[in-house]
Amino acid sequence: MNSTLLLTLRRLRAPIILLISIFAIGMVGLVLIPGVDADGRPWHMSIFQAFYFTSYTASTIGFGEIPYPFSDRQRLWVTAIIYASVIGWAYLLANILSLGRDQAVRKAFADRRFRRSVEALVEPFFLICGFGETGRLIARALDKRGRRFVVVEIDETRAQQIDLMEFRQVPLALAGDARLPASLEAAGLRKDQCRGVLALTNDDHANLAVAMTVRLLEPNVPVLARAMTRDTAANMASFGTDHIINPFAHFGERLALAISAPANYRLLTWLEALPGTQLEPIATPPRGAWVVCGYGRFGREVVRAFHEHRLEVTVIDPTASVYPDLKVVRGTGTEAEPLAAAGIHSAVGIVAGTDDDVNNLSIVVTARELNPTLYTIVRQNLQANQPLFDAFDADMTMVSSQLIASECLAVVRTPLLQPFLEFARHKDADWADALLERLLIALGDLSPAVWSVTLNISEAPAMYRLLMHGGHAKVGDLVRNPARRDEQLEIVPLYLQRGEGAFDLPADDFELQPGDQVLFAGRGSARDRQQALLRNEKVRDYVVTGHDPSTGWLWRRLRPRRSIPQRDARVP
Amino acid sequence: MNLEKVIFGFFIVLAATLNFGFVYGDPTDPNQHHLWEFFVAFVVNVIATALKFGDRTQIGAIHLATSLVAVLQLAAAALVWFFAPPGPLSEGTIVSIVSLSAGAALANLVSVVILIAETITLRR
Repeated sequence: MNSTLLLTLRRLRAPIILLISIFAIGMVGLVLIPGVDADGRPWHMSIFQAFYFTSYTASTIGFGEIPYPFSDRQRLWVTAIIYASVIGWAYLLANILSLGRDQAVRKAFADRRFRRSVEALVEPFFLICGFGETGRLIARALDKRGRRFVVVEIDETRAQQIDLMEFRQVPLALAGDARLPASLEAAGLRKDQCRGVLALTNDDHANLAVAMTVRLLEPNVPVLARAMTRDTAANMASFGTDHIINPFAHFGERLALAISAPANYRLLTWLEALPGTQLEPIATPPRGAWVVCGYGRFGREVVRAFHEHRLEVTVIDPTASVYPDLKVVRGTGTEAEPLAAAGIHSAVGIVAGTDDDVNNLSIVVTARELNPTLYTIVRQNLQANQPLFDAFDADMTMVSSQLIASECLAVVRTPLLQPFLEFARHKDADWADALLERLLIALGDLSPAVWSVTLNISEAPAMYRLLMHGGHAKVGDLVRNPARRDEQLEIVPLYLQRGEGAFDLPADDFELQPGDQVLFAGRGSARDRQQALLRNEKVRDYVVTGHDPSTGWLWRRLRPRRSIPQRDARVP
Repeated sequence: MNLEKVIFGFFIVLAATLNFGFVYGDPTDPNQHHLWEFFVAFVVNVIATALKFGDRTQIGAIHLATSLVAVLQLAAAALVWFFAPPGPLSEGTIVSIVSLSAGAALANLVSVVILIAETITLRR
């Protein structure tokens, strides 16, 4: 018997006992009260007959007076039994029905189902804590790539909505508090298949708790945590959280990069964007005086970025006097007066960074009326307001949920991307321009898929065997077309990591070694075709050596000399 | 003191005493084993079982198991009684009824022992 059934029975204890008592009393009365049989002799019911009679009477079936017609004394008693037992039955049935609608019982059943399905998971999966805008974006992207995920969401209605959303795989969601270790364990934290935990709730403290729980319970599972303040981020870093995403600090750093090295900024944003995003020319944030509206977590990071470049900044904030070493105007920035006081007429740009979307739009619209040449940076808080921001078309829009989602996905899908981006930040503009040019020529202006391949037995068995048996292969071989080896797939190798060492933009004749990790940018379809030469030995031999090892002994006999295949050599 | 605990203990002990009272006496003599006592013992046992529903602890599980055993044994005895030939009970029938009930009494005894052990380990 399972505990859920016991839980239900426990709720039914009172009606069950009431019904047993009514039955017992009714039966006793029926047996004791004398009746008359067909011949007019006094007659007593047996206990079994009484039980039978009570059963069909209580359940309102009512076969009649069996085996002999009752005397009036018996009928009086039966009347009492009927009322009492029908009430008892109705009480029990009402209890059973209300149990079906009872939240606690339904939750118990739902939890049980959830636990079972998590236990049954055999594919690798990610544990997502918090299913807000960010969680949703990430879930969709993981689902598209065929990865499984398990969601823990504190809001019950939101957790139930997941079932109604369209996913390719069945989504698993638990309505529970991710801060509790029990919720994480129920969601499969202890399973071998758990490939990572993404702490994305809108509560910094909860994310901290998740990161801490995972660090203590399963130190080998990587944690990605969202932190909205530098304090939380520092706290998370102190116990070794694998990747901390602070969208505001991230944006601040990118802004600083955009001012100092626009080419690098453009390259980075493009590589990090969700695949299929159009590359757009980015107007560089100009140097000069800036006005920043809203000095919260976001405003602080932006001001920090400007200060880094020694740009003049004026802040407009309702609680202004608290920050002594800043040029501050008291107000909200939605009206012309504070904007003028902050020197909007002589400024080169404005940042609308309050936590209210309507206010932010109002700020930039007002500011543009006062000074049409302004460079505008807007913070968008809610995904739902996208059409408004599209219509306004600011020079830069900061959407924290998208920022977190894209960074998170980049880390989850391609661990090698972060070191490469870090490396690319510090290269000069010529290098960045050259790479961007190369990517544009090879791949077009939609942002590419970025992936990494480790030359090991699980990710590239064919290539790995070749290298382990003393064979030679070059980086250029990894991007050859498996059907015609003289052609190249739409893939550009970006980065190669070998142990501690790393090589950027490895040349085509760069010799590979087993265990190398290579980062590629390319079309998604090219990625699928690349799999063939990594996994299929025949395709590998053709691509690396140019020889066509025809499929079997007989086939080799039939066409011994032809070496270049004309057909597609796809993997089965 | 807790009324729920009183009722719980009351029914478990009553189930055991009634069961014992029915079994007590010469197993071959139908006059020493009363039908009504059997009936009441059966009903009280069923109620005791229902009371034990829904306790998730290990002890709760054993409690429920003993009661289920007792009810099963008594039900078997009731069936023997039901299928007995009409008229006064024969010696063989009453022996099997009493021995089945004795088994139920043993299960009830276990139940009572658990109840006592549980109470003793509860230091208050």
